Amino acid sequence: MNTQVQNISAAPSAVPEGRGETFVELRGITKRFPGVLANDSISLDFNPGEIHVLLGENGAGKSTLIGILAGMQQPDAGEIRIRGQRVRIGSPRQSLELGFGTVFQHVLLVQSLTVLENLMLGGSWWQRIDRAAALRRFRELSDLLGLNISPDTPVGRLSLGQQQQVEIVRALWRGEGLLILDEPTSMLTPEGVRELGQVMVRLRDEGVAIVFITHKLQEAYAFGDRLSVLRLGRLVGGIDKDRLKAMSEKEVTDEVIRLMFGNTEGHDRDAETLAGLGQRRVKQRAARRSTVPCLSLRGVSTEGDIGECPLRDASFDLYPGEVLGIAGVDGNGQKHLAEVIAGQRPAARGEIWLEGERVEALSVPARRKLGIRYITDERMGEGTVGTFSVAHNVVMKEIGLPPLWRHGITLWDRVFGHARAQIQEHDVRTPSERTPIGRLSGGNIQKVLLARELADELVGEAKVVTFNKPTYGLDLQSTRMARDRIRRGAEAGLATVLISTELDELLELSDRIAVMFQGRLAGIVDNAEGAEREIGLLMTGAASV
Amino acid sequence: MSTGSEVTGSSSTAGRDRLLAVVRVLVPVVLALFVGALILLSFGKDPLAYYGYVVRRGLLSPSGLEATVTRIAPLLLIAAGLIVAFRAGIWNLGVDGQFLLASVVTAALAPALMGVLPWGLTMLICFVAATAVAAVWSLLPAFLKVRYGINEIITTLMMSFLGISLSNVLVKIAFNDPATTVPQTATLPVEDRLPRLFDTTINSGVIIALVVLLLVHLMMTRTAFGLKLQVVGANPRAAVHTGLSVGKLTYATFAISAGLAGLAGSVEILGVWGTMRADWNPAYGLLVIPLVFLARFHGAASLAFVVFFAVLMIGGESASRRLGVPHFYVLVLVSLLLIFFALVEYLDQRWRKRSRA
Amino acid sequence: MHGLLTEAFVTSLMFGAITAGIPLLLAGLGEQISEKAGVLNIGVEGMMLMGAYCGFAAAYYSGSFWVGFVFGGLGGAAVAAFMAVLCVRFGMNQIVIGIALTIGAEGLTALLHFFQFSRTYPRLGEVGALRIPLLSDIPVIGNALFAHHPLVYLAVALVFLMMWVFRSTFIGFNLEAAGNKPAALDAAGVSVIATRVYAVLSTGFLAGVGGAYMANIGAGLFIPFMTGGAGFIGIVLAMLARGRPLWVLFGALLFGASLALTTALQVAGLNIPTDVVQMLPFAMVMLVLVIFGRHSYLPPALGHPYVRGER
Repeated sequence: MNTQVQNISAAPSAVPEGRGETFVELRGITKRFPGVLANDSISLDFNPGEIHVLLGENGAGKSTLIGILAGMQQPDAGEIRIRGQRVRIGSPRQSLELGFGTVFQHVLLVQSLTVLENLMLGGSWWQRIDRAAALRRFRELSDLLGLNISPDTPVGRLSLGQQQQVEIVRALWRGEGLLILDEPTSMLTPEGVRELGQVMVRLRDEGVAIVFITHKLQEAYAFGDRLSVLRLGRLVGGIDKDRLKAMSEKEVTDEVIRLMFGNTEGHDRDAETLAGLGQRRVKQRAARRSTVPCLSLRGVSTEGDIGECPLRDASFDLYPGEVLGIAGVDGNGQKHLAEVIAGQRPAARGEIWLEGERVEALSVPARRKLGIRYITDERMGEGTVGTFSVAHNVVMKEIGLPPLWRHGITLWDRVFGHARAQIQEHDVRTPSERTPIGRLSGGNIQKVLLARELADELVGEAKVVTFNKPTYGLDLQSTRMARDRIRRGAEAGLATVLISTELDELLELSDRIAVMFQGRLAGIVDNAEGAEREIGLLMTGAASV
Repeated sequence: MSTGSEVTGSSSTAGRDRLLAVVRVLVPVVLALFVGALILLSFGKDPLAYYGYVVRRGLLSPSGLEATVTRIAPLLLIAAGLIVAFRAGIWNLGVDGQFLLASVVTAALAPALMGVLPWGLTMLICFVAATAVAAVWSLLPAFLKVRYGINEIITTLMMSFLGISLSNVLVKIAFNDPATTVPQTATLPVEDRLPRLFDTTINSGVIIALVVLLLVHLMMTRTAFGLKLQVVGANPRAAVHTGLSVGKLTYATFAISAGLAGLAGSVEILGVWGTMRADWNPAYGLLVIPLVFLARFHGAASLAFVVFFAVLMIGGESASRRLGVPHFYVLVLVSLLLIFFALVEYLDQRWRKRSRA
Repeated sequence: MHGLLTEAFVTSLMFGAITAGIPLLLAGLGEQISEKAGVLNIGVEGMMLMGAYCGFAAAYYSGSFWVGFVFGGLGGAAVAAFMAVLCVRFGMNQIVIGIALTIGAEGLTALLHFFQFSRTYPRLGEVGALRIPLLSDIPVIGNALFAHHPLVYLAVALVFLMMWVFRSTFIGFNLEAAGNKPAALDAAGVSVIATRVYAVLSTGFLAGVGGAYMANIGAGLFIPFMTGGAGFIGIVLAMLARGRPLWVLFGALLFGASLALTTALQVAGLNIPTDVVQMLPFAMVMLVLVIFGRHSYLPPALGHPYVRGER
């Protein structure tokens, strides 16, 4: 991200040397789930006054480990020691009593209660509510973290970044022992990430032991005092305090790749993806194939329910073969944009043009026929039916259409045959085409979605496709596969809208990048020198181009 | 009949799977009968005598068997309608109101038209009218669900209570036959009712029911429409994403489900009673709902359960006179069946998850 | 028509509205607790019915109405215990189990009544009404509002108690969290399962008391299936009240009035057939749903069993 990244532990710490005696020890932690070994004999130490980063791609087992520390799961083998004493964390309550505070990836606050009520949550039902004491503690922690939030605001009214700050307060509420942060930056602007870094430094200097989980190497390098690398459930190695201070970012990247794959040979692309450095390869700006836009939006607005961010007055042109990236913190209208293009959500105002035809009044199937495709971010929530087979899901958007259906009758042989062909062609790993799709890994489900939307055989040529967070939650390999597919599609002439919260992904793939803020397109930036900085500004709503 | 939505295991485990499936059905039935027997004992009744009597009367005696088969017709039609609804994720619990309103309309139309129009046409009009009335009665809950997302469990139940009362009003006031002392509609003579099969007292309504069940099964497993309904039922958000017209499909589902309940009422009047008495409510719908759950919304299993239940009802009706065990006991048995089934299913799922690890 | 404006009619209607409305109020309040915690309790009708039978039997054998109410509550809670174990603890489908429990309670109470009381059809004695001094002497409304059995006043007081509990106690917070975001409650160290179990049991108890009131005070006897949909109306009340107990009270009185219309009309000299009047409360429910339905609010986690760590 930021080329001027400096390891923050280079700054002098207030904690005197020799203070960092081991607070928490994990020894040989193993956890099995049906079909997968999530944690394989992991041993780690967490020390006070130290930010220990756990780095690993999606699926490496980081979240499982956190679940164990938070009392949500029990390890199948191994032990946990606190200051030498063996402990068993049987429930979230026990985890809290040990002084562990966890900030999970998805906000765990009750939206209909106020900030203070959420923080007070956890008292036994017969206890009287001591608001005054709670307020005192809130002020204490607010000052410590440098926060600016009123305790009586209903949580539902706060921004995601503010909610996360409340989560950190909640994690520290019962005592500042061990703070665990699970991928906390996915909901933040670059500015928000910097603020989070400052908060962590403050806490570290007060002697809190901090565990920071991420899959992004830049963050690991920027925030970590110590680095441990996880891959496929195992701890493959780490970089300790002194070495990390002395290494450059490139050296750290190489070391991590070496730890993960054994050597750096032939793993350049993995390294790039992990480090989010893909954009370093200069994107060949394809000359515009045509001066006639493929897709145009003019003043499109939508209506949303409470808690949703509707689209406001969106206008842009998209050309064949062009990739338009949509940047912005989650929840600034991206979902509505994707849905209004696809036809899933009606446009309350405005016009949508596809190759000269107005389409905003057309239904989803009609738009699909004309060439509009949509790959949703919610793979299980709306993209697929988990209990149906892979084959069912592959053809789900074709129900009733020839050649798989004739006069409304399903021709099952053809359906299964088509599915088998797609599985083969797109390398979907599944026991059979009849396996319930819910059993497949995230990467393979994404492959099915890609096959379904981009295959031309059935519905005709795809012209415009919207990708909504296509690599979210995917491991390195699947991430690369998806990005390659996007790139190839654009090269073949597909007009592409790419919505993503990963800036490096956008910089790698896009020709232009639009930034969404509070439902508006705050600005559209060419993907060139200085784009990052401009995008960062637009994301905070600072400037409107 | 596999539509590909189940996992196909290897052939060596297929046999074991089938055995397990049978066990999964038998165990709850046995448990329910057992606990039911305990309850009978606590009231001082002999459960073995009761069960034995039910089987002898409902299944083994010729007149009882005929009554059982006749009883299957309305139950099966309602079940077919519920299969469509439940698979589409629509909890149409208003089948009793739909059934009774359709019955009233049939009971009023049939005698009026019988002398005037040819027999076949009268029958047809009655069926159509009954189905239509019942479907219309489900329109309001359908609208509230599509427009405002209001849970149809409550709305269909309310409409059911409303329908039951309304049908009573119609029988007692609008269509009352002045010739009879007991309030009821004009009676359709026996020779004008649905024809009997061969030499038995079984009326052909049961044929209609079986055909309808088959059609529903084919529709759900082999047509695009059926598949669309299942998508809506399995994941409504995916249905929207896929581009299905969820509103239209919802209306269609309500209409089909209610319509079939109405057809059941029509068959019952035209085939068995020929008239509708005031305060008549056999509550078939209430009892079929659990059966369809037990059958996991499958057609063949529903048929099996309906048969089992019809035997129970016919046998139980006699038993209440002979043995002093009122038909309320059947409600208790059904409830036990449902609970034990849910329990066995839950344990089975837990066991499966563990064995996959 | 003149009969409608007489004092007798108004008094009869108001009195009847309260008598018929209290069971609805209790069922509705109970259902509200369950729904707040995220459990869709369809079995309320069965809980009410069991409460009606147990309440009646207990009052009959003990001679005391209060004993009747206590046992009515316990009966309802017993049915609710099944729901708590099967649905909350084991995560089984709440709708299927709710229907099963309702059918089972209907059958069981009818059986019990058949074997116990169907020969004699006993009735309970005089209801000991508590006349509030001064207030009950006000013309017209005095007799209607302030001359009821003490349970009525307790039930109304319960409304305000629940308002306080929801807003200002840990119980209230826990219920809110359990229905809105159970994972947050779990992470805070409070058992979601326990919270929901207590909620369901409370629902059963309140519904049971409501049923007992219906049998003992409202009718003075038990008839199989006597609740006739009151539990389901309670569910409607909870749905529309959006978490506010006061609105349950208003709704209960409104529907109670429609239920009490038969008697009141007879007092006024109008003889409308019972069946027509029986349609009124349900027709009114549908009307209210059509007008206000879009404003009904249900907690996000409603109907979904909580499994720790589930994605």
